[in-house]
Amino acid sequence: MVTRLMNWFDDRLPLTATIERHLTKYPAPINMNIWYLAGVLLVVVLVIQLASGIWLLMNYEPTAEGAFASIQYIMRDVEYGYIIRYMHTTGASAFFALIYLHMFRGMMYGSYQKPRELLWVLGWITYVLLCALGFTGYVLPWGQMSFWAAQVIMSLFGSIPYIGEDLLTWIRGDYLISGITLNRLFAFHVVLLPLALIAVVFVHILALHEVGSNNPDGVDVKKYKDEDGVPLDTKPFFPYDVMHDLYAIGVFLIFFVTIMFFYPDGGGYVIEYVNYEAADNLKTPEHIVPSWYYTPFYAMLRAVTFPLFGLSAKFLGFVVMAAGIAIFVALPWLDRSPVKSIKYKGVYSKFFLALFVVSFFVLGYLGTVTSTPGRTIAAQIFTVTYFAYFFLMPIYSKYEKCKPVPERVQLG
Amino acid sequence: MQPKSPPNPGRRKFLIGATSAVGAVGIAGAAVPFISAFNPSAAAEAAGAPAVADISKLSPGEMIIVEWRGTPIYVVKHSEESINEIDKNLERLADPDSDTDVQPVYAKNKYRSRKPGISVLSAVCTHLGCAPKYYPELGVVDFDTEWQGGFFCPCHGSKFDLAGRVYAGVPAPDNLTVPPHYFKSDDILIIGEDGDVA
Ligand code: HEM
Ligand code: FES
Repeated sequence: MVTRLMNWFDDRLPLTATIERHLTKYPAPINMNIWYLAGVLLVVVLVIQLASGIWLLMNYEPTAEGAFASIQYIMRDVEYGYIIRYMHTTGASAFFALIYLHMFRGMMYGSYQKPRELLWVLGWITYVLLCALGFTGYVLPWGQMSFWAAQVIMSLFGSIPYIGEDLLTWIRGDYLISGITLNRLFAFHVVLLPLALIAVVFVHILALHEVGSNNPDGVDVKKYKDEDGVPLDTKPFFPYDVMHDLYAIGVFLIFFVTIMFFYPDGGGYVIEYVNYEAADNLKTPEHIVPSWYYTPFYAMLRAVTFPLFGLSAKFLGFVVMAAGIAIFVALPWLDRSPVKSIKYKGVYSKFFLALFVVSFFVLGYLGTVTSTPGRTIAAQIFTVTYFAYFFLMPIYSKYEKCKPVPERVQLG
Repeated sequence: MQPKSPPNPGRRKFLIGATSAVGAVGIAGAAVPFISAFNPSAAAEAAGAPAVADISKLSPGEMIIVEWRGTPIYVVKHSEESINEIDKNLERLADPDSDTDVQPVYAKNKYRSRKPGISVLSAVCTHLGCAPKYYPELGVVDFDTEWQGGFFCPCHGSKFDLAGRVYAGVPAPDNLTVPPHYFKSDDILIIGEDGDVA
């Protein structure tokens, strides 16, 4: 019966073939480790965000007059509305935490190197889309932080020489952030960006399944195959990976619901306190701080305090901040190392990767606190070291001495 | 049957070119409404109508906030003392003579005001658009040890003096904008129009 049904489908759609290729028989390297879980968890969070987002939408009102009140309504009067909302806010932070881990995995194991450049670029596009989703979503509750974050971030476009002011008015659709701006960000947040994200994630996974997963040793598992053409150092995705992915999803969800139920504000990081006040276009809050996942880039923006080459400090800050996000896409072409994994790369690669991590965290911290002259200097130094990882890579990755890479994957 | 190869490649090329050109024009045309819809709507433009403020009750040192085109406009009445001291820390200012064109001609003077003693300033920080806060007190404040009174932007720490002139070495590049305004009578201030004598 089931077989006949499947046959009926298979004659009309490559159903079995697709399932086998992308799920059950996908050959996963046997030495994959915990870092390889982030991808699956990202898909889980994507589903959580879609579901909770659609449910929020059922009661959210996208107008300057009604938005703030409708969020309060969801929190107080809609049955379990507060859970739906906390699910979405917690999901947003989890999304970023996971995407950073996922990207860092790629940086450690050289997963962006040939033949995975396009896979990496597609991943980077999802990251940019996610940044846009985070920003547009943050504006929707129309609290004080929503309003002023939108004002500051959109004003960045006003710093572009010559066209800036007109461009800014065009983007905002008004002379200051207003309900008109809110409506268009709403359209982006609930329709355009999620559609784009789903499409790019889909292609990201197609590309992954075309070139195959990398692994912590960075060796090509397709080199040695058994007589059926299955790579020796791989195991089929089902049941092996499915089982341990399910386990990981379970553990992840425990953390997720703990935050969602008991620490929904995340100490002011998941939901910022100032946003419990309705937007006031005449009054800026004392401290405006972006969400934690943008703070490294916010610190870079503030680090540029001097004009250069006839460009204003504010435009340069914008450029440096944008470059901090954009530079990841260039990694496949910056890395000249014959070796993929950090395990076998030389000391310089290890040093600069560590320096990058430290810079990222320090900048992340500096972005959450008010600036003082000392902190500005620190931000400047760590902005330089952040970029050093990328810009010096063509040199240090080419000339350092690497360890020999084994022929086959190493276990243990 | 094999389709014959096109007999006239030149004509094909022309047709492909012409079709693409027409298609491109069509796409460009279709883009117009999508791009234009992003501009401020007629309603948003109309909200740009002048704002009226009664300044009769404003006492020296006080400030009121007037909303014009959705943006906060600060109207400050200065005290005698602060008017006299307006030149006191010129060396800390980036553009003391208001050379940058962010005020109407009638406000291009050392008080940056049309009527001496009354400042009308757009409270949109010239850095990234926060609303700077009014700090009339003199002396030691949180963010300055020799404060001469003025405005401080909480977002990234830009400072402006009482006339809205920006300090040097802060993120904001320009003085606060002075919106077009005129005094209809001694007590009635109109923001958004230059009045007769522009
Ligand atoms: C919505 C966001 C994303 C989703 C849902 C997603 C999903 C996935 C999944 C399911 C995998 C396979 C499992 C794994 O290897 O962890 C994967 C692999 C990969 N992803 Fe992503 N990803 C996302 C964003 C990104 C970003 C931002 C980058 C990098 C800029 C990236 C780069 C990669 C690379 C290089 C691989 C292959 C890694 C390897 O085989 O070593 N992905 N992704
Ligand atoms: S917005 Fe005022 S200092 Fe940045």
